[in-house]
Amino acid sequence: MTTDIIIHDEKDNVGVVVIDKIAPKQDCACWIMENDKTVQIQSIDEIQLGHKIAMVDLSEGDTILKYGHDIGKVVKSIKKGEHVHVHNVKTKKW
Amino acid sequence: MEIPKSFLGYKRENGRAGTRNHVIILPVDDISNACAEAVANNIKGTIALPHSYGRLQFGADLELHFRTMIGTGSNPNVAAVIVIGIEPKWTKKIVDGIAKTGKPVEGFHIERTGDIGTVMKASKKAQEFVMWASEKQREECPLSDLWISVKCGESDTTSGLAANPTVGNLMDKLEPMGVHLCFGETSELTGAENVCAKRGATPEASEKFMKTWNSYNDFILKEATDDLSESQPTAGNIAGGLTTIEEKAFGNFQKIGSCKFIDVLEPAEEPTKGKGLYFMDTSSAAAECVTLQAAAGFNIHLFPTGQGNIVGNPIEPVVKLTANPLTVKGMGEHIDCDVSKILSRQMNMSEAGDELIKTTLRVANGRLTCAEALGHKEFVMTKLYRSA
Repeated sequence: MTTDIIIHDEKDNVGVVVIDKIAPKQDCACWIMENDKTVQIQSIDEIQLGHKIAMVDLSEGDTILKYGHDIGKVVKSIKKGEHVHVHNVKTKKW
Repeated sequence: MEIPKSFLGYKRENGRAGTRNHVIILPVDDISNACAEAVANNIKGTIALPHSYGRLQFGADLELHFRTMIGTGSNPNVAAVIVIGIEPKWTKKIVDGIAKTGKPVEGFHIERTGDIGTVMKASKKAQEFVMWASEKQREECPLSDLWISVKCGESDTTSGLAANPTVGNLMDKLEPMGVHLCFGETSELTGAENVCAKRGATPEASEKFMKTWNSYNDFILKEATDDLSESQPTAGNIAGGLTTIEEKAFGNFQKIGSCKFIDVLEPAEEPTKGKGLYFMDTSSAAAECVTLQAAAGFNIHLFPTGQGNIVGNPIEPVVKLTANPLTVKGMGEHIDCDVSKILSRQMNMSEAGDELIKTTLRVANGRLTCAEALGHKEFVMTKLYRSA
């Protein structure tokens, strides 16, 4: 079985694309490393290897969780299946 | 997998064990490099460790210089040491420091003798040392004689996804076996510093970590011309999918698995609280970090990489692993352990950890690392501030 997306922790609201790229409206298999479960998601955007996809709808001010930890805040609302990156997420550090 | 209980190492006079059996020619200062290199060229099987510093340093910076020199000579991967400096006093200080291990060490100073006379005298002693060391045999040593340091480099998203957690899996499996472990990279824990602090095994360890990180952060804020958001993550990190410094830091932090650190070490400081995981205050530059960890006595290094860092060290073998299939394909001669099948789910984390344990033990037993075979022996001293 192919895995298109890997999620580190059950609590994470983003996953990482691990195939060359996923196309819009692609049904993707997501593997959650922490508990070895598989979930499905349909993409909205084209997303490249190593880039993140939103696993749930996210609003401005929400916290992005990866590795089960806070890795930044949403600065522009994101729909489930959209690309998550510097255009809609910023650090809380600076 | 049942983890082997032992490896084949070189037993040293002070009770430690080495994974290598080097005879090193150690220059005290930059101007003694030529002499040290001439000796290493004369006497086969010895290595010179040239570097850029050792003159007019003072205070904490000078202390770090001596700690790194003495620690490097004292590392159990080193059988015997020739120390060469311009002046007798600092040369003797380093010789005396290394001599505490009980291993053969002899110092030579160049003033009043010159390079040629010094090379002749030092070469005679180096020949004696290397022929003596060549008779040393590997013997069975308990696994707890392994002191394993870790540091990642040229990281991308595959590092945080797979290569770094593979190292974490190894730590989780080997920590109960009584090994010493060490991670560093103060700067690249930024964003994960509070979570990292909670991994202190005692309130003292946690407090010491926060003090170390705050001191680094204060320095960055003082020297920075902006808020660093232009530098961390780098443009390359962003292109590879890393969005924030926090995300990068949590990727880095995967290397310690679920272990807790028992103490925080100064750069190049030897751990003294027994087996377990230590944090060392180091730069995140690969060669500087590994040099400091080797000087603290660590005898084998694990280096997960994404895009393909190629670093090696003259005395501590550096084992490289990657989960990036493009790195395996494009620069496989640098990769000791390929865990790229994690991404395609053909390998799970525990299997990857087992693979890395097998590779680590083969290298501990004597198999050359890619970096050793390719001649990488980056010895880079950390300097804290400008000299007098």
